[in-house]
Amino acid sequence: MNNPYLPYPVRVESIITETEDRNLKTIKLVFLNPDDEQKFQYTPGQFAELSVAGQGEIPIGIASSPTEKGFIKFTVNKVGKVSSYIHNMKGGEIMGVRGPLGNWYPWDLLEGRNLVIVGGGFAFTTLRSSIVYMLDPANRPRFGNIDVVYGARFPGLLLYKEELAAWEQRDDIRMHITVDGTTDPNWKYNIGFVPAITKQKAPSAENAYAIICGPPIMIKFTLPVLTELGFPPERIISSLEMRMKCGIGICGRCNIGTEYVCKDGPVFTLEQLSRLPNEY
Amino acid sequence: MMEIYIAKEKFPGFVEKLMGQQRVFGPVFQGQYHEFAELKASDEIDLSYQNTRLSPKGLFHPHSERMFQYSLATGDPEAGIVKEAPKDYSPRVILGIRPCDAKAFRLDDANFDTETIKDPWWTRRRASTILVGLACNAPCRSCFCTSVGTGPFDPAGLDALLIDVGTGYVLQAVTDKGKELAAGLAGGEAVAPAMTEQVAQLKQAAEAQLTIQFDPKAIADQNMLELFNAAFWDEVQFSCINCGTCTFLCPTCWCFDIQDEVCNDQGDRLRIWDSCMFPLFTLHGSGHNPRNVKLQRVRQRFMHKLKYYQDKYHGGVACVGCGRCVKSCPVNIDIREVARLMSASCVCPA
Repeated sequence: MNNPYLPYPVRVESIITETEDRNLKTIKLVFLNPDDEQKFQYTPGQFAELSVAGQGEIPIGIASSPTEKGFIKFTVNKVGKVSSYIHNMKGGEIMGVRGPLGNWYPWDLLEGRNLVIVGGGFAFTTLRSSIVYMLDPANRPRFGNIDVVYGARFPGLLLYKEELAAWEQRDDIRMHITVDGTTDPNWKYNIGFVPAITKQKAPSAENAYAIICGPPIMIKFTLPVLTELGFPPERIISSLEMRMKCGIGICGRCNIGTEYVCKDGPVFTLEQLSRLPNEY
Repeated sequence: MMEIYIAKEKFPGFVEKLMGQQRVFGPVFQGQYHEFAELKASDEIDLSYQNTRLSPKGLFHPHSERMFQYSLATGDPEAGIVKEAPKDYSPRVILGIRPCDAKAFRLDDANFDTETIKDPWWTRRRASTILVGLACNAPCRSCFCTSVGTGPFDPAGLDALLIDVGTGYVLQAVTDKGKELAAGLAGGEAVAPAMTEQVAQLKQAAEAQLTIQFDPKAIADQNMLELFNAAFWDEVQFSCINCGTCTFLCPTCWCFDIQDEVCNDQGDRLRIWDSCMFPLFTLHGSGHNPRNVKLQRVRQRFMHKLKYYQDKYHGGVACVGCGRCVKSCPVNIDIREVARLMSASCVCPA
């Protein structure tokens, strides 16, 4: 019997600092046993437990895309014991990964649709996974227009800056990068809060789904904009965070009403959330 | 139904025989209370007990358990790789467990043993265990098993049931495992018709002592959001001190934490009972806490047991009416009263 609590051993390939405040680092991991990589078949939107022997485990969204082979990638915000420890790890060190866990963005429903992706701050990891996945030449024809509104407080806090710049150059994805404010005279993208930029760019809701991830305040003010643009609650998708331990719906702490965010989520539509207690 | 009679003077021999075949656990008087422990001698078992203070959930889901172990030694090529820890899954019998507590394991199975995910430790212990219950001839005043779909003679969670008929025990086999156990028993006698009649009377008398306290179905029929937003939670939570006694004693409270512990260069990953009564249970790394205030935590406990569990698994409430939380709550919060509040037809705030 496979033990769902047992992490796969992985080697740290590299750790890079993503943001100027040095609170976010992206860690690239390689499976010690190639068979384990085969077993770790994931879909964008899922997460995994990063496990460090002697420190503990943390649930983190998978930032790499299944179309990228040979490694998996996570962007970790430094908030506690395990995440701080991971920030100080070095290439070659051994840790563990347990997963993939949770559900994913509903790719079967999204096929043939236009996509509006709205992200804020560091909640852009599984969105990065999704964009890389959709832009893969084998997948791109399966989807319609892709609009991405992505904002951070200032330019130095944007994740994956090189990729953002590369996506800006493409004609098969419309990027709307924005910052709350900047003193950089060479800033060539938008300035304004995510809800305001979403309203200004007004991506069409026709045949479209919206995926929104970000801080609660951003979500709170962006939802009315999406509604105004014509997105019904069942076509607005979000991904939730919770304190988790087991990640497989057993340890009991991450529930919202009847649903465990780790197993029944983390991806929910706004319509599903409206039927659950407002306790997240 | 296969049943045999064991005279009380022959009972120690029966226990001894079982102990020769496998590990045997039973209620043992330790300090001030009874608790389930592995028997070292056949006379340790005390079937005159009413119930254990702590539920026997620890037999399958120990209070703290080593999940994995690892080395952190410098130079060890396996350092940092988390590995399975050896465990004893040899066959065992749990003797004299109350029907309610055995039923609780069934309810907990819905959490630990699902179609897609199986908790390896829980399921392996369940598979290697035979549960022999002891019917309750005299339920406690805080018991309400018949209100939640079980009863003092309920065989549902058991492999076999013992009924104390004064001079001896009638052993009724429930499952194949139970039949096998009964068949291998030397010294068992046939059950006379008069004794079968006596068992029926004992059952009726025990059930008659229990009144129906509330109707779980009435809670299932309520709207989840209306119940969640009900005004009565403020009153229910008022006296609660979030001590966690209820969750600690409860046979259907399975929540746990996972922690790493290191001594020198050897480490263990442990799982330890946790409680929804504690703010840390849901505290995010960011500092945000979805159940930051006491009302939210108290509501979670009752909603989970009486509403969410019913809605999710459609197998009744996650409560067996053992009454431990009623008996031991230091501020007298009574789940039966809360259940009545939750089953009232209109609970929405004005």
